[in-house]
Amino acid sequence: MPCGPAHGTVGRVIEANELTKRYGATTAVDRLTFTVRPGHVTGFLGPNGAGKSTTLRVILGLNDPSSGTVTVDGQPFRGRPRGLRHVGALLDAHDVHGGRSARSHLSALAHSNGLPRRRVDEVLEEVGLTTAARRRIGGFSLGMKQRLGIAAALLGDPPVLLFDEPLNGLDPEGVLWVRGLFHRLAAEGRTVLVSSHLMREVEHTAQQLIVIGRGELIAAESLAEFAAHGTRLTVTVRTPEVARLTSVLTKEGAAVRGEADGSCTVTGMGADRIGELAFHSRVLLHELAPRSASLEEAFMGLTADSVEYSAGDAR
Amino acid sequence: MTAQTVAEPKTYATALDSPTRFHHLLSAEWIKLWSLRSTYWVLGIGPLAVIGINVNSALSNADRLAHQPELPPAPPPGRPELPQMLFDPLASAFVDPAWQLLMIIAGSVGALAVFGEYTSGLIRTTFAAVPARRAVMTAKVAVMATVMLVLGTVTAGASFGVTQAILQDHHGMSIGDPGALRAVAASALLAPLCALVGMALGALIRHAAGTVVAVVGVLLLLPTLFMGETYRWVKEIGNAMPLTAWRALVQNPGRDYSVDKYPVSVTEGWIVFGAWSLVAAAVAVAVVHHRDV
Repeated sequence: MPCGPAHGTVGRVIEANELTKRYGATTAVDRLTFTVRPGHVTGFLGPNGAGKSTTLRVILGLNDPSSGTVTVDGQPFRGRPRGLRHVGALLDAHDVHGGRSARSHLSALAHSNGLPRRRVDEVLEEVGLTTAARRRIGGFSLGMKQRLGIAAALLGDPPVLLFDEPLNGLDPEGVLWVRGLFHRLAAEGRTVLVSSHLMREVEHTAQQLIVIGRGELIAAESLAEFAAHGTRLTVTVRTPEVARLTSVLTKEGAAVRGEADGSCTVTGMGADRIGELAFHSRVLLHELAPRSASLEEAFMGLTADSVEYSAGDAR
Repeated sequence: MTAQTVAEPKTYATALDSPTRFHHLLSAEWIKLWSLRSTYWVLGIGPLAVIGINVNSALSNADRLAHQPELPPAPPPGRPELPQMLFDPLASAFVDPAWQLLMIIAGSVGALAVFGEYTSGLIRTTFAAVPARRAVMTAKVAVMATVMLVLGTVTAGASFGVTQAILQDHHGMSIGDPGALRAVAASALLAPLCALVGMALGALIRHAAGTVVAVVGVLLLLPTLFMGETYRWVKEIGNAMPLTAWRALVQNPGRDYSVDKYPVSVTEGWIVFGAWSLVAAAVAVAVVHHRDV
């Protein structure tokens, strides 16, 4: 995919500069600097409590930064009299009043921004809620609320779109639809920022990644770059003589970990070298399979030090 | 959607561009108010309850006056008639508990319009759509005040008209009589005033139970705490409360009620009404501006 157009892109760039947000003694976002560009989907990754939602709220001017700046189209979003035609956002699908119908909710939003009334029907159709339009939102499933939130984000046909954990509660069909939608929005030249705490949710959608942990920037690069430096080679070995192979390989500097299924995971040594050593020591091998770490593992490896809430005995 | 390339994607935003107008926010708030079922319930039943209490008072007063065996003993010759002994028909249109009920209803509806957005989280959606928060709140205040003024006018007008018709054989008043129009106007304005106080408290507190308790406390309990006349300043604080001001404004000037040592004058009553409304509206608009949501 070609990069964004040469002119007119400024209007769609999100730019954070030394962005910091403190709540009392807690620093939720710590000197975050990044740029989100149009034309592709940018995944915004981090473990729970990393500061993703706070960052999105600051971008939208809902929370004021403690220091630093963030601009959309070169100016703080807060300074705009109306927002829907500039940035569409789904922060939390529950940020609605359960007593209203989907149509009334969207209709009030459309009116507030002076948008033509037909937009309500168009976005309802787009997210597949036309038949549920007159039902009270309180009776919606989480998946339906996510669709409603996406409809609200699309209402102003904005050049910049922010989605916070948009896949929560969606069924597999919904997940596929959302991915397709994000691809299309990006291909139309829009800036699309999608947050998630799971790499597998964005690895098929995003071309760019911003990874944060404990409010700090860990990585801001393309998915390919992230995959390359995040990868460490491991080899899966299956043998009836685990103990002997382990001693042979560890003597040569490799690390061997026994897996629950009886296989071994070897790190720090290539498959060819393992085969060679096994051959010379006359250790029988049933399987010798090199594999690269998944993006999920790369993500977890990068953010392991910055997990805010981890279970007592994770490993 | 029209076909577009990555290089020329500027059809959106401009295609939908329309000027920024305040009346857009007014219609949005209007839709929000009338798309909730509770609005119809509260605004429908509330006035009926208030009018009902007043009508009931008028009926029982009319009944008692009709079956009265004789008039109260006339004062001895040469002494002036005691005016406070005369029946006051206006009091039946403005029965205290009825209008206190209206104050609570109006205050709660105003509060709900604000804390309802906070407790549901809708406020984030609202302010992300319209970053001009003060404009949003100004529109909300305007819509609420207008709706409440209509509600108050209907309630006050109906209370006055029906009760005075019931009491027509007992000096029932017409709107042209001294003090009648003032009483109706003050009662009509009581509803928007209380709604604005509710909105201000809702914006300050942002929680359902806390806000409703505060509405009742400020509108009804506070005035009763400052009623004693031992110290003038205590009474003067009490006189600055909407409930006290309303009582002064609905008083029948044709009857002598001068029992208070430090009464509220009509002018003071109107000043209290105006000041509370303006301050409440200003607080509701101002406090949302800088706070994180």
